[in-house]
Amino acid sequence: MTKLRPWLPLIGIGVFAFLLLAVAPLMLSMHWISNLGKYCAWAIAAVGIGLAWGRGGMLVMGQGVFFGLGAYAMAMHLTLETAGPDSLPTFMILYDPLAGLPAFWEPFRSDAFTLLAIVLLPVIVASVLGFALFKRRVKGAYLAILTQALAVALAVLISSTIRETGGDTGLSNFKYFFGFVLNDDGNKIMVYMIAAALLIVCLLVAWQLSRSRFGELLVATRDAEERVRFLGYDPANVKLVAFVIAAVMASIAGAMFVPIVGIITPQEIGASASILMIAGVALGGRASLFGPALGAMAIGWGQSSLASSWPSGWIYILGLTFIGVTLFLPMGLSSLLGKAKDLIWRSRPAPVPATAAAVQTPKEVKK
Amino acid sequence: MTVAEGSLVVTDLHVEFDGFVAVDGVSFDAHPGEVRFLIGPNGAGKTTCIDAITGLSRGTGSAKVGDQELLRKPSHKIVRLGVGRTFQTASVFEKLTVLQNLDIAAGLHRSSLSLFRARRGVDPAIDQALDETGLGKERATPAGILSHGQKQWLEIAMLLVQDAKVLLLDEPVAGMSQDERTATGELLGWIAMNRTVVVVEHDMDFMRRFATRVTVLHQGHVLSEGTVSEVQADPRVQAVYLGTAGAAPVTTMSRENN
Repeated sequence: MTKLRPWLPLIGIGVFAFLLLAVAPLMLSMHWISNLGKYCAWAIAAVGIGLAWGRGGMLVMGQGVFFGLGAYAMAMHLTLETAGPDSLPTFMILYDPLAGLPAFWEPFRSDAFTLLAIVLLPVIVASVLGFALFKRRVKGAYLAILTQALAVALAVLISSTIRETGGDTGLSNFKYFFGFVLNDDGNKIMVYMIAAALLIVCLLVAWQLSRSRFGELLVATRDAEERVRFLGYDPANVKLVAFVIAAVMASIAGAMFVPIVGIITPQEIGASASILMIAGVALGGRASLFGPALGAMAIGWGQSSLASSWPSGWIYILGLTFIGVTLFLPMGLSSLLGKAKDLIWRSRPAPVPATAAAVQTPKEVKK
Repeated sequence: MTVAEGSLVVTDLHVEFDGFVAVDGVSFDAHPGEVRFLIGPNGAGKTTCIDAITGLSRGTGSAKVGDQELLRKPSHKIVRLGVGRTFQTASVFEKLTVLQNLDIAAGLHRSSLSLFRARRGVDPAIDQALDETGLGKERATPAGILSHGQKQWLEIAMLLVQDAKVLLLDEPVAGMSQDERTATGELLGWIAMNRTVVVVEHDMDFMRRFATRVTVLHQGHVLSEGTVSEVQADPRVQAVYLGTAGAAPVTTMSRENN
């Protein structure tokens, strides 16, 4: 058992992968498959938030920015693919048939460029942003507000540039996904499988990071940033790495969201969308491995099942759950597991705390 | 003047906070093989000196280790030049185990990429530091539940594994029992055999037993400097301790002279 313990998370990921990749496609209807795909996309972003916030202590309230980068990169590519070579997307023709394709759209005709952009755009943006913020030692509420403001700014920018980005109506009506017809059950399952597999990959990355020396350093930076500085590390760099990884995960999430849901609008990346991502992570347990992903999926499920049957009540339920969890389980539902373990072990004799053991003195000086 | 590689030489250090001069023209030097004490009443500027040397406060003047100037460098680079410090309140990573604490401290000489691998095995330097500080049995204990003395030893062990040439210790024995103080003092003597150790301390008894040389600070200036007995015999030191910190330290000081 003790030998097995370090590998338990890996076994957990394996079981989760089996459920998502083998069981779910056999058991669920097409409607729920695409819903589950959407939850997987949110869960990918949540794994990143778990890393940045739970492990790194950075309350990133603007993951919508990176979600949006990935989502719009993918959406622009799919829009161009649907429009066909050398032709304008329909909405652009509608607003101004004579003007050409905006220059920044052109490279997104390429499959390779799009895939590269989904990963590299958030790396560049998060590096520049993170460098500026962390080197100036911006943290806590200031970081939260600043990132949140950026999400709002990006949403407003997209809303106001109707001809370039589709504005409030967003980008939708995608017919093809890298050559595959999207309106086809087999292809829909394939897109879902890609999202689920990427979620598993992100969980594996999070697991490896949490057991690595970097993971220990990140937790140390979260708990005592100044102390880390006096161990010869620049805490800004440690945080920057976690921030960039979280941004890439959010971008991948956005990119998978688009072909699964079929539409991206500024509402999906703005302030409330960003907060909803945080809410899932808080609910599940920000510092745990599975907490963020499962929390995000639970919120997603609540949104699609409860919100459609009882739309006015859902927001209250969400609010109450959030308040309840913050009050009674600050480390999220996953901390219940630890508490349950404590209850079971309480009947056994308590281990002697090290402080009570005889004080050892440094060994005798050899003279 | 040529100095030994691991020597700390502070020249005309000056630290000012919004017009308040906390340290004014302080010079002292410390060399491998000695346990150098900085003492003085509250507000004398002892900790401020350490803060300035380690980049926590901005100071002017000069503080050199070997040929390397420390002032105006960011803290983490100063650490990489071989200057380590502890704080008045033991600041270890409470949620991490003793071993993890030490592993992080040992990591500054590792490549960035190796950080993304899990820890396998234990650095020999860590084993040695655990051995020297008597924390060998606590390696799997979360640092948060160590006793106060053990936390201070863990901090010292962290400096040892980060291979600091100069150790600046801010009140390492505050709050320790007599036995723990003795053990710490002996540990410092052992460490100082091939490193430079500077100790900021209030405790006169501890200073008397373990200091090789002492610098007395008062209101941001160096008041006196020398061996323990030289400093104790200095009438200016006696006046300061009589005048501000009460008679107790001086009476115990003079008792030893008898």
